[in-house]
Amino acid sequence: MPDDLNWAIGGEAGDGINSTGKIFAQALSRAGRHVFTSKDFASRIRGGYTAYKVRSSTAQVESVVDRLDILIALTQRTVEENMDELHEGSIIIYDGERTMMEDFEAPEGMIDLPVPLKSLAEDAGGAIMQNIVALGAACEVANFPIENLDEALEKRFGNKGQSIVENNKEAARLGEEHVQEEYDRDDFGYDVETTDSDYVLLNGDEAIGMGAIAAGCRFYSGYPITPATDVMEYLKGKIERYGGHVMQAEDELSAINMALGAARAGARSMTATSGPGIDLMAETFGLVATSETPLVICDVMRSGPSTGMPTKQEQGDLDMLLYGGHGEIPRFVVSATTVAECFHKTVEAFNLAEKYQTPVYLVADLALSVTEQTYEPEEFDMDAVEVDRGKLVEESDIDTWLNDKDQFQPHFPAADGVSPRTLPGTSGGAHMTTGLEHDELGRRTEDTDVRIEQVDKRNQKVRTAQEEEEWDYREFGDEDADTLVVSWGSNEGAMREAIGFLEEADVSVRFLSVPYLFPRPDLSEEFEEAEEVIVVECNATGQFADVLEHDTLTRVKRINKYNGVQFKADELAERITEKLDTPQEVPT
Amino acid sequence: MSSDVRFTDFKSDKQPTWCPGCGDFGTMNGMMKALANTGNDPDNTFVVAGIGCSGKIGTYMHSYALHGVHGRALPVGIGVKSANPDLEVMVSGGDGDGYSIGAGHFVHAVRRNMDMTYVVMDNRIYGLTKGQFSPTSREDFETATSPDGPKQEPVNPKALAMAAGGSFVAQSFSSDAQRHAELVQQAIEHDGFGYVNVYSPCVTFNDVDTYDYFRDTIVDLDETDHDSNDRDAALEKISDDDTEYMGVLYQDDESVPYNERHDLDSNMADIPDGAPEDATDLVREFY
Repeated sequence: MPDDLNWAIGGEAGDGINSTGKIFAQALSRAGRHVFTSKDFASRIRGGYTAYKVRSSTAQVESVVDRLDILIALTQRTVEENMDELHEGSIIIYDGERTMMEDFEAPEGMIDLPVPLKSLAEDAGGAIMQNIVALGAACEVANFPIENLDEALEKRFGNKGQSIVENNKEAARLGEEHVQEEYDRDDFGYDVETTDSDYVLLNGDEAIGMGAIAAGCRFYSGYPITPATDVMEYLKGKIERYGGHVMQAEDELSAINMALGAARAGARSMTATSGPGIDLMAETFGLVATSETPLVICDVMRSGPSTGMPTKQEQGDLDMLLYGGHGEIPRFVVSATTVAECFHKTVEAFNLAEKYQTPVYLVADLALSVTEQTYEPEEFDMDAVEVDRGKLVEESDIDTWLNDKDQFQPHFPAADGVSPRTLPGTSGGAHMTTGLEHDELGRRTEDTDVRIEQVDKRNQKVRTAQEEEEWDYREFGDEDADTLVVSWGSNEGAMREAIGFLEEADVSVRFLSVPYLFPRPDLSEEFEEAEEVIVVECNATGQFADVLEHDTLTRVKRINKYNGVQFKADELAERITEKLDTPQEVPT
Repeated sequence: MSSDVRFTDFKSDKQPTWCPGCGDFGTMNGMMKALANTGNDPDNTFVVAGIGCSGKIGTYMHSYALHGVHGRALPVGIGVKSANPDLEVMVSGGDGDGYSIGAGHFVHAVRRNMDMTYVVMDNRIYGLTKGQFSPTSREDFETATSPDGPKQEPVNPKALAMAAGGSFVAQSFSSDAQRHAELVQQAIEHDGFGYVNVYSPCVTFNDVDTYDYFRDTIVDLDETDHDSNDRDAALEKISDDDTEYMGVLYQDDESVPYNERHDLDSNMADIPDGAPEDATDLVREFY
């Protein structure tokens, strides 16, 4: 049996699926195993199918695969939903005493493991702990020392009192003992290895929140929306430690305007939302750009258009982020490609915003935001965080930037496009700014020459940044391969693992994961060197493929997925081979 | 803050393009006087405005200022005040800006009760788009878009503010310069959201709600026995459709502003050159 373990718990929303999954993920992580989680959830509070999947290995795991080794099924539907991922030797743990499962028989080749989850939970102190009984049973099946659960149970239930924690530990042990007594361990064959490593386990939204605090963000305003809300929930209760504040606004229009106000007052400021909220913010987005206010606007994409599928994956907002808003709006669009990159790109977004006094779209997608993944804690190196506040003018230097009437010039047409900036409270620096076209003093104008000067000046900032910053890509695979695969966002993880699957089929690819969507790296040379270019993205029309074709004047092949589910590594490997001139069979 | 600030220090060198005789001149002068009287100076003052004639105020005043998009001035002001509580934040808008497109923000700004001032130039008409009815227009007021009158109830913004838990609700008249400046000053001095609706006549498009109309009908609450701490009395005055009142309709002296409730007392612009010293703790929390 491979060391790779694919585990899932499924049931109805409200059954505690998420917290049980998280407890197991944390236990594996604390036992020195890498973890990658994914969630299948519906847009409702109770009821409806929901599942939490954990893939774990001693090596770093970057994606989900089409495979389930151990499934805890709290409902019959859980088995049906996951049937195509079960295989010979898969173990299904369920409550054999519960009516809904009483006629259940595991499909051929799969191991049927009824455990009286509810009865044992009651023995431990309450039926509510049935999931934990199942978890204990799963530990025994996987030969994963049950003591590893204890810390995670403390973390989850510690604030409810020690007796609750003890009851849960007991529930887990009753599950373990039941398996020991009733089944023969040799039938399972799973034997997960533990190591001495200590990893951290976090999701993309949390990484964005942590990156924001690290970068000096002190004001956050937002309106709850799936799947961006976790950013706000992470910051609430933490940002205050650093003198910051989270403001839950009455709507997204208010959220972005509050963030704009805080930014003009000098705070590093951010709002986060998802597609529908980005639409509402588009009005003020133009104002942020023309008033030259540094602001980070985070879009955690979900399936659209309109309300679409709020709890499902998609990368469908790219066109909106690149082109959204009336008139022409200079901007930066930076996209995270992994959970860790959610942290790093957030820090970078704040620096770009302040250096160039320009709005920055920080982009993530649902798959990143809800995925919990393990990392070495050093991946989040706080000492490496640098804060660049750009051209902030101190009181002592104010004279340099005044005109002959002692007026401060917030929109001075500097050659690099970036004007000096004073924060309110700076003596002599008082000025206004507006979304109307304005002169160097920030005052409205319709003068044709000034209009051109100011438009050019704002656009120059993007050109300056293009020259001064690295607009690079992350590269993986075989750099000499004839096949070039390009993607953005969360597809990086699945694609990195797909490279391994492809190698087994003797297919070598060069893979570029592009975090900078605007400005973005010029891939003309890379495209020329390749015989085939395939662009992978979670949308129906290939928005990124379109811009790359436009940039490079080269036709590309496209792999699109828009059923609401992120790419899986083995699936992606297969789809890539289908695009090749000589398709290959991929062993998985 | 310097004590020798004069109200003219808040004046920019830009000549207003408001129509001659516009009520907004008086409204703005009163705001500048109130700011100077309360010991503020242009460098610690932030003025936010929305769209319309009222929105131009940031251009004619001298301070830190933002002229934003239609109806969204209040959230900007809330953000400014949150980030730097040392600033005097004054938001100004019109009746369209505040009670139509921005009505949602108005209600929530009132109930949030941030320590700032909101002055609405209410002329009961859309002026800059050349004469359409506004949310405060009378129901029979004939305009380009309401030839037979809007045929709907005007918004009662002071009632809206009271319903949202307003802690300072006042009515002023731009033509009564002395009284208007006093009321804005009281709004600034109030600990919480100081809201002043100002009758600020449009001499070009509104021939009903004119200077003469207000002069003839307005009743100064200071000349009545109105107790501005009495919520019921305030509601009674506000719902009196037959009389236009001037003065502080309601003030809650016990009100605790949002910024105090949330301990917003530091300038968020002050951040370290790198991650905070104990930021590694944030990583450890994910063990």
